[in-house]
Amino acid sequence: MEHKTDYIYDKNGKLIYKFDTKVQYIKYKVLREVAREAWAGTLFENVLDIPKMIVPGKEPTMRCCVYKERAILGERVKIAMGGDKNNPNVIEVIETACDECPMGGYEVTNACRGCLAHRCMDACRKGAISFDHNQKAHIDKSKCVECGLCAKSCPYTAIMNFKRPCVSACKVNAISMNEDKAAKIDNDKCISCGACVYQCPFGAITDKSFIINVIDMIQKSEQNKKYKVYALVAPAIGSQYAYAKLGQVISGIKELGFYTVIEAALGADMVAWMESKELTECGDFLTSSCCPAFVDYIHKSFPDMVEHISHNLSPAGTIARYIKSTDPDAKIVFIGPCTAKKMEFQKEEVRPYIDSVITFEELQALFDSKDIDIRDLEEDLLENASYFGRIFARSGGLADAVQQALKEQKLDDFELKAVSCDGIEACKMALLKKSKGALDANFIEGMACVGGCIGGAGCLTHGEKNKAEVDKYGKEAIEKTIAEAISLVKLPEEQHS
Amino acid sequence: MKVTVCIGSSCHLKGSRRVVEGLQYLIGENNLKDKVELGGTFCMNNCQNGVCVTIDDKSFSVSPDTVDDFFKTEILGKV
Repeated sequence: MEHKTDYIYDKNGKLIYKFDTKVQYIKYKVLREVAREAWAGTLFENVLDIPKMIVPGKEPTMRCCVYKERAILGERVKIAMGGDKNNPNVIEVIETACDECPMGGYEVTNACRGCLAHRCMDACRKGAISFDHNQKAHIDKSKCVECGLCAKSCPYTAIMNFKRPCVSACKVNAISMNEDKAAKIDNDKCISCGACVYQCPFGAITDKSFIINVIDMIQKSEQNKKYKVYALVAPAIGSQYAYAKLGQVISGIKELGFYTVIEAALGADMVAWMESKELTECGDFLTSSCCPAFVDYIHKSFPDMVEHISHNLSPAGTIARYIKSTDPDAKIVFIGPCTAKKMEFQKEEVRPYIDSVITFEELQALFDSKDIDIRDLEEDLLENASYFGRIFARSGGLADAVQQALKEQKLDDFELKAVSCDGIEACKMALLKKSKGALDANFIEGMACVGGCIGGAGCLTHGEKNKAEVDKYGKEAIEKTIAEAISLVKLPEEQHS
Repeated sequence: MKVTVCIGSSCHLKGSRRVVEGLQYLIGENNLKDKVELGGTFCMNNCQNGVCVTIDDKSFSVSPDTVDDFFKTEILGKV
């Protein structure tokens, strides 16, 4: 029998799941096999065999038959190899995997007992609910606005919302269905946050992978002799790979062939420093520019607010630019929780600095493709950033860091009124209010994922405890102030590259 | 003269910030800002001997306690 998901034991013998769901696990297996072939230089010979390698038997474990399973795996292999080159979005639908879930909205189910109370009718403000001769409720779709109050009021929970999980997950309304009832993504609205990727129970929406580019980059560096390949890790790493120590993850990354590992959080320290200054200079109002999905959202849905986006590159872009000022031939790979970063690095202003992006999920696949068990490795070090740079990984951290940077630069006469928006819905609310002049704030910290980066779709695991883990990792930093952390690097205005 | 201090994780833990601050101070005190270019780099692949410092292409191992001596003999004396 196949396990619910892939698990592993930590050094105390505690069982820990590598992933939250089996969807992630199957995606990981494909990435791992693709990577294995890529390292060996046999990908193009063996690419067609990968689906059968993953589903070898005759008994289906996921779908109606092994043939459908393999057909879908074939699509997953393509996406693991970079996906549809004609689609600029990194988030892609696998139409054959889409189960065409019902999407009728709120409906009364058989659980309706035809009671006397009719709370559903009282709850409905649109008069959309009526009753048949058996006293069973019916919803008039022409009146229903999908508010859900009826469902909440029913004591038998007899009213259900038949909304597709992808559609529910997509708070920017970018998902509809095509003629064949499969999910369809509107690239003009999609911000590539990956919420649908994580939420689709069939794994039918997924993020394109650049792992084979990264493997190629590492191999062509000839052990970092021709050029050096730097790994830039997002601070959310503090909450990941719970089965091993962070230092072992760093060793694992170097074992893969990276020259060294640097904290993107040092870029966050730099950004906090510059952004707080920018805020006092502009005076009235600024939004953060750290979260690429949030920035994309402003461009797509609030174009009038674009001028208020901070001019800083994201932390990853900022530190990558500095690294390239010290080593112009460097290749830089960002490793993080974020699918939107896979869009960001292709943007004109970031492309010179970041060469590729992979997720924590993909890093796990890379480890296993080389049979690297990070639990067996010595602990290496990761020590570049301050506490404040590191807590950028969770909602509220950026605003805390900006406040701290104001204090450290003795700019605290300036009253920071920050609103930390946790998730794209909260971002939308704040931006709407601001555009109507109804938000008492001069700074919006926008994070598209709930919880901040630790809620990113590319994380292996998600959960409440991840915030505490990031805070703990933050407190372990030897540099206690932003000024100390950035004293080692030159800010962009001082760089002459 | 180009002086590069490693600011990678290992050297950072061994005190590269204090080395950088020390050198910055000494370069300023001795009015060498035009003659000495101080920069950073991430990892020189010699972590055991951190804090790693290079002057042009020559490597040195410096600690926060030896910055003064290092500056006198290798920078001030040779610039």
